[in-house]
Amino acid sequence: MTQSLSTHTPPKTRGLRLPFSVKLEPRLQTPKWLPWATTIGSVAIALFVTGLILVYVGGDPIASFRAIYMAAFGNLGVFSDTLVKATPLILTGLSCLLAFRMRLWNIGAEGQFYLGAWGATLIVENVLGKDASVWLFIPLMALSGFFFGAVWGFIPGILKARLNVNEIISTLMLNYIALLFVAYWVFGPWSERGFQLTPTFPRAAWLPRLADYASLFKPFSGLTVHLGFVFAVLACAAVWYLLTHTRFGYEIRLIGDNPNAAQYAGVNIAWMTVMVFMLAGGLAGLGGMSEVAGVVHRLQDRISPGYGFTAIIVAWLAKLNPWAVIPVAILFGGLLIGSREIQPSGLARMLQGILLFTLISSEVLNRYRIKIVRVGK
Amino acid sequence: MNFWVNVLTAGISNGTALLFATMGELLAERAGVLNLGVEGMMLMGAVTAYGAAAATGDPWLGLLVGMLAGGFLSLLHAFVVISLRADQVVSGLALTFLGTGLALVLGEGLASARGVPTLPTYSIPILDAIPFLGPVLFDNKSVLVFVGYLLIPALWFYIYRTRGGLHLRAVGEYPAAADSLGIDVYALRYFYVFCGGVLAGLAGGAITLSITPGWFSEFTTSGYGWIAIGLVIFAQWNPVRAAIGAYLFGSLRRFTLDMQGVQSVLGIANPFFYDRNLQFFLEMLPYALTIVVLIIGSRAAIRKRLGAPAALGLPYVRGERGML
Repeated sequence: MTQSLSTHTPPKTRGLRLPFSVKLEPRLQTPKWLPWATTIGSVAIALFVTGLILVYVGGDPIASFRAIYMAAFGNLGVFSDTLVKATPLILTGLSCLLAFRMRLWNIGAEGQFYLGAWGATLIVENVLGKDASVWLFIPLMALSGFFFGAVWGFIPGILKARLNVNEIISTLMLNYIALLFVAYWVFGPWSERGFQLTPTFPRAAWLPRLADYASLFKPFSGLTVHLGFVFAVLACAAVWYLLTHTRFGYEIRLIGDNPNAAQYAGVNIAWMTVMVFMLAGGLAGLGGMSEVAGVVHRLQDRISPGYGFTAIIVAWLAKLNPWAVIPVAILFGGLLIGSREIQPSGLARMLQGILLFTLISSEVLNRYRIKIVRVGK
Repeated sequence: MNFWVNVLTAGISNGTALLFATMGELLAERAGVLNLGVEGMMLMGAVTAYGAAAATGDPWLGLLVGMLAGGFLSLLHAFVVISLRADQVVSGLALTFLGTGLALVLGEGLASARGVPTLPTYSIPILDAIPFLGPVLFDNKSVLVFVGYLLIPALWFYIYRTRGGLHLRAVGEYPAAADSLGIDVYALRYFYVFCGGVLAGLAGGAITLSITPGWFSEFTTSGYGWIAIGLVIFAQWNPVRAAIGAYLFGSLRRFTLDMQGVQSVLGIANPFFYDRNLQFFLEMLPYALTIVVLIIGSRAAIRKRLGAPAALGLPYVRGERGML
């Protein structure tokens, strides 16, 4: 009996002793405005820290950020380019969002994007003739892109569901494999005279752009936004509807919030894992299709500057809300466009990393009340 | 014969970088903290080690700087996930972005640096004369290769046979119990995440200062950081198995290169020699095998009912119910 008393002695304090201590108290409810305030705050802090690092390496942060802003949002022409960059980000962002909502870590949107681009090219190269109609090309390419993206999502899905294989690593490895797979086709069977790209697609396989209608409406001239952006917005609506208005979406959210409860409620988690991964892969694949059919008009090595990775941050910054993906993707599309203008080249990625850090750090403010307590003498 | 000697020799060198990164991740995960930022920490270690060596002319100082850079980055992750209790997956990904981006910013112009000193190489007398094993293991190796050899038994002994190792495992398996015994869970987690960062930085420095000297932007580490995370799972958090995996994957990298130069394998015409484009399928091997290795690791975990440290990925909050 006497021994148990010794557990009540206060633990030895070692090292530094501060005159106050910081305590985290769980909030019972979070005010509605707070998550958005902390999000905006964390964006501001991320920009500030990036600026500091820029100063350190000898740059001028104000001029750099100004250059990025002007290059991305300065006039209608560049804003249209920003929307073009936002298109694949919306689709890959939705891919991540859908999986994250079920707490599946799909880091493989990049690979699924590549497979989608490959699937769309397959239609042009091996399935349809050069003179097929637009009405055949576009739907078939979109379907094929979605399908092959879904195939690429099926692999980590089934591995996770059946063998409990960590999906973070498997999706990442599949990214590398997808990149090499596409490289094989553009260097080998589909190569145009030995160059590392396929021949340009026939016009009927191009997604129509606003600029194509400049003869009807003058201000459209030079605007590069293509039909893929409409696909992306429709996809947002579809994912929103799926998540909020269907049983399938309800089960996704249930598993994401409380997998044990879902299990007891009789949700087939293995089946849902495979389905969600395939849907996520399909969305990213559609992004790849929209990129080759709407922008590059051919398949080539390294068509993505890391859309699938930026998508992770897009989904997170959007707080896993499908509609919020659109503005966030436009912001990041602008960052991609703008950071081409300035050196050093890693700046955009660094800013993304810092942003993700400030973002998840700020979430502590939403969940906890921070109390600074004076330590008595 | 010569083919395999070459493959394994390169495997030991490449594998050493992978070994350090894997051991670092293993320590952090044993303490219950998943750190997906290995690739970012490796790149930071690689660029700062190379840059410091180029600036000072001292590769050892460079290596030290690289290790500290990796450690510093990992502390950021530690603060966010241990003190702020944020999601470990997202924070680790953020660390990868940050480390990669920062390394690219700092490495601007480093690719053209010339005359950067590298770490010395040694041969072990007598042992290096053993046929086959001598040239593979002991002849003309980077000093870090030998450090790697020593690290394997040392870590095994530390984790399984010392009080410190017991505390480490306790913190990762059942932090509440460890806490009740007076073990400072938070401090130990910080410490081992830091160790993981230092080792990842060492891995990066080993690449740029010794194994394949030079800075080749983000291709310097060629995905080793991610393979390391896969290897930890394959190794079932056991340092000896992790080491075997690391050397195996190191060899594989060289194997995919050398296969393209061989006319026939076991009397069969080698397709990779005759069709250059098939090289892309060879290059997939390390990544595909990582998935295979993960499947093996997961099956073993299911069969033996053991595996990941029970508290891996969970924040510890003293006095909160339902927390391990």
